[in-house]
Amino acid sequence: MNQPIRRLSMLVAAMFVAILASSTWIQVLGAQEINNADGNRRTQLENYARERGEILLGGQPIATSEPSQDDLQWQRVYPHPETYSHVTGYYSFTYGPGGGVEGAADGLLSGRDDKLFYDRITGTIAGRTPKGASLELTIRPEVQRAAKEALGDQRGAVVALDPRTGAILAMVSHPDYDPNGLVSHDAEVEKETWERLTSAPGNPLVNRTIEGNLYPPGSVFKIITAAAALEDGEWDADSTLPGPANLDLPQTEVGLPNHGGLACGPGDEVAFDIAMQDSCNTAFGWLGMELGGEKIREQASQFGFGDDLEVPMEVAPSTIPKDLSPPQEAQVAIGQYEVRVTPLQVAMVSAAVANDGDVMRPYMIQSVLGSDLSTIDETNPEQLSEAMDSSTSDELTEMMELVVSNGTGTQAAVPGVSVAGKTGTAEHAPDASPHAWFTGFAPSDNPEIAVAVVVEEGGRAGSEAYGGAVAGPISSAVMKAALE
Amino acid sequence: MSRAITTITPARGRNIELLLTALALGVVVLAYVNVTVAQDGEIPPDLLGHAGVLGLIALGVHLVLRWRASFADPIILPVVTLLNGIGLVMIHRLDLAAGKDFTSGLASRQVLWTGLGVAIALIVLVTLRDHRTLRGLTYTSGLLALIFIAMPLTPLGHTVYGARIWIKLGLFTFQPAEVAKILLAIFFAGYLVQTRDMLALAGRKFMGISFPRARDLGPLLIACVVAALVLVLENDFGTTLLLFGLFVAMLYVATERISWIVLGLGFAAIGAFIAYQFASHIRTRILCWTDTFSQEGAEQCGQLATGIMGMAAGGISGTGLGRGRPWLTPLPESDFIFTSLAEELGLIGVFAIILLYALLIERGLRSAIGLRDGFGKLLATGLTFVLAIQVFVVIGGVTRVIPLTGLTLPFVAYGGSSLLTNWTLVAILLRISDHARRPEPEFDPASMDAPTQVVKTR
Repeated sequence: MNQPIRRLSMLVAAMFVAILASSTWIQVLGAQEINNADGNRRTQLENYARERGEILLGGQPIATSEPSQDDLQWQRVYPHPETYSHVTGYYSFTYGPGGGVEGAADGLLSGRDDKLFYDRITGTIAGRTPKGASLELTIRPEVQRAAKEALGDQRGAVVALDPRTGAILAMVSHPDYDPNGLVSHDAEVEKETWERLTSAPGNPLVNRTIEGNLYPPGSVFKIITAAAALEDGEWDADSTLPGPANLDLPQTEVGLPNHGGLACGPGDEVAFDIAMQDSCNTAFGWLGMELGGEKIREQASQFGFGDDLEVPMEVAPSTIPKDLSPPQEAQVAIGQYEVRVTPLQVAMVSAAVANDGDVMRPYMIQSVLGSDLSTIDETNPEQLSEAMDSSTSDELTEMMELVVSNGTGTQAAVPGVSVAGKTGTAEHAPDASPHAWFTGFAPSDNPEIAVAVVVEEGGRAGSEAYGGAVAGPISSAVMKAALE
Repeated sequence: MSRAITTITPARGRNIELLLTALALGVVVLAYVNVTVAQDGEIPPDLLGHAGVLGLIALGVHLVLRWRASFADPIILPVVTLLNGIGLVMIHRLDLAAGKDFTSGLASRQVLWTGLGVAIALIVLVTLRDHRTLRGLTYTSGLLALIFIAMPLTPLGHTVYGARIWIKLGLFTFQPAEVAKILLAIFFAGYLVQTRDMLALAGRKFMGISFPRARDLGPLLIACVVAALVLVLENDFGTTLLLFGLFVAMLYVATERISWIVLGLGFAAIGAFIAYQFASHIRTRILCWTDTFSQEGAEQCGQLATGIMGMAAGGISGTGLGRGRPWLTPLPESDFIFTSLAEELGLIGVFAIILLYALLIERGLRSAIGLRDGFGKLLATGLTFVLAIQVFVVIGGVTRVIPLTGLTLPFVAYGGSSLLTNWTLVAILLRISDHARRPEPEFDPASMDAPTQVVKTR
């Protein structure tokens, strides 16, 4: 009977090799994947047990961690919750990190990112308690506060860039929320807050400056049409364009009317710069058909349309439909039909005009600070694309200055500063008030800030809204705060 | 068979056993200190008391072995002491995590069960002078095994987590199937040593394998029916696998015929297929086995998933004793104690534990090979293989080699019935190993095989 016992011991050996192998798989080879699996409470607890880095503005935290007495060891605190809700986001135990930098730069804040490898090693040797990296942002508190105050309780978004670098100076979306409710260690409070926010009217958790691809741009899109026309070479600021009260559209019964139903100039003709100044729909509609959809699309993509950007939050790409018919080309040229933009993209358009035609990659993390507050990584401004020649941008700047000095955008003026801009009044649904837009930059001769403002459905002005009247003053307040 | 005749007394190994057992105790005491330092930041004040109790238990077995089984395998006691001790430390550690101290938690009860288990083991070692005595209990054992297996079906039965495998006597709950595995090993060994020639030789060839005659299939069919009944009526997948695997393995060793394994696996496959068709909980087990982390699995396989996440969190070196979060897994001290240990001791600890079991099983099979009587060989093989299956089914279950079942990890997991049974099992193995290693008195007819005695004329 010894032979079968020996064979049986071979079987036992095989069984044991199998459990050694499966244990090795789980604990070594597959461990990373299992640790990162959704709902792995151990990983969550591990992350919460380590002190998370801070989110800083000029050295002052807008998200910080304080020691707590419970299991999670650290309580996340947002000292200015509403003002920065869409910048910081939240770091919820139940719902994970999300909503802003907390979600988009979780690896850095939690200390797991590969960039922090060297810091972790030196930290271990120096005997420092492991801590996530802190992030210094480009947001300027006074600009952010001005934007929030000026927007007030109206639904909409304000985003401001430094046109020379792409650094985001302000990012405000309203309605906003208090992230402190989402990071409570009381699961009931977390759940109640989450359910209230996800079912609240106006989706406060959505960051309107970059997410959702929500908005038709209306007339602010005329900057892109104008850039395409100027780049095309056939027109300049003094060119005469047709500007009737109503533009006949081929293949259709309807025409494209001007706001107010008047012609843009005597003899149904208008100069290019005056068409911009008064936001003449018929002149730009005509230009759109002359240029064709492809050229407009091409120009828009040079401004960044269709790009997947991370600031570090993911930015929804702005879009223009393909294969346009002539009437659609006319509509697209004035920012209607199916053009959809994010306010950040609109601000990038203004910033490109301000920056001699160069589009800078937008960013919000200025520097990554190690656990001993030494700089680990710093963001260098990076050019995303070249949207136009600097001569074109100069010409376009002059046209946009007219908008603010004499045209539809006078309410965006800032005393003592020359401002270039463009208004927009975007129709988006038959029975709803239009969205009010303004975008521009200042000082126009030496730009320091580019702004995009959208106020949904006219805000307080409702159906009487015009972009200039509703969004213009907000832009003015933001620029004033930035330039003071 | 020729025997080397020698005047040199072979090594008994008792001193080695004493040294290794002290070493095992040292590891356990270190682990215990480790846990309390991690939890409270100080060396436990009751350290000497606890270490003393464990030391006395181990020393007791050692002294009885010196007295009554001086040739017993010297590796078995240290290995079992270490496994039992590691289990105790882990259970104590989980008690602390649950906010209980030693006396109010499960650890003190586990110490009590250990003491009882060792007491029974000592009684077995002292009273059972020769394992062949058990052969006389062949049919008694078989009958008792059936009674024990059926016990949970009586009004005494008690259902826990959907499996009706417990009986409740006053304050105590007990898993009778645990005892049945020893009784069945005795029965199979006794029965098979009688019938093995007939089972092995009669039969016809088919596809190069000689299959037994239909009339000889009886015992296999009975085993299948018993296994199926356990599965269906008591919802105990693990015990079914254990008993069936035990029987097929012993049948194979007795007959040396692969055909028995082929037949056994065939029956098992048919049974598994039928079970899969008709029992929803079996389907759940299979789902959790193949798709633990799926959306569908998330609701039903939470325990398995968190156990595996615990192991993964441990990685190669583990979180350290007292520094992981094993309590996040349900039943961390019983069915999932392996993942608790894996989390805190890491893959290194896991390998050590699995290799301890491998060592124990190797010693058991070695004793089986060293024995000269068929009954002893079969019994040692059966008892050892029960341990092997149990370790494989438990660890394989929580690491997804096979579907999860509700067996306990021998000596380590919390549970009285399991500890009592496994200590008894080890006592029998020690007794058998003593016999296997003991040099034969050259002219002592008493050591001859039983059948030989029958032919004696005096």
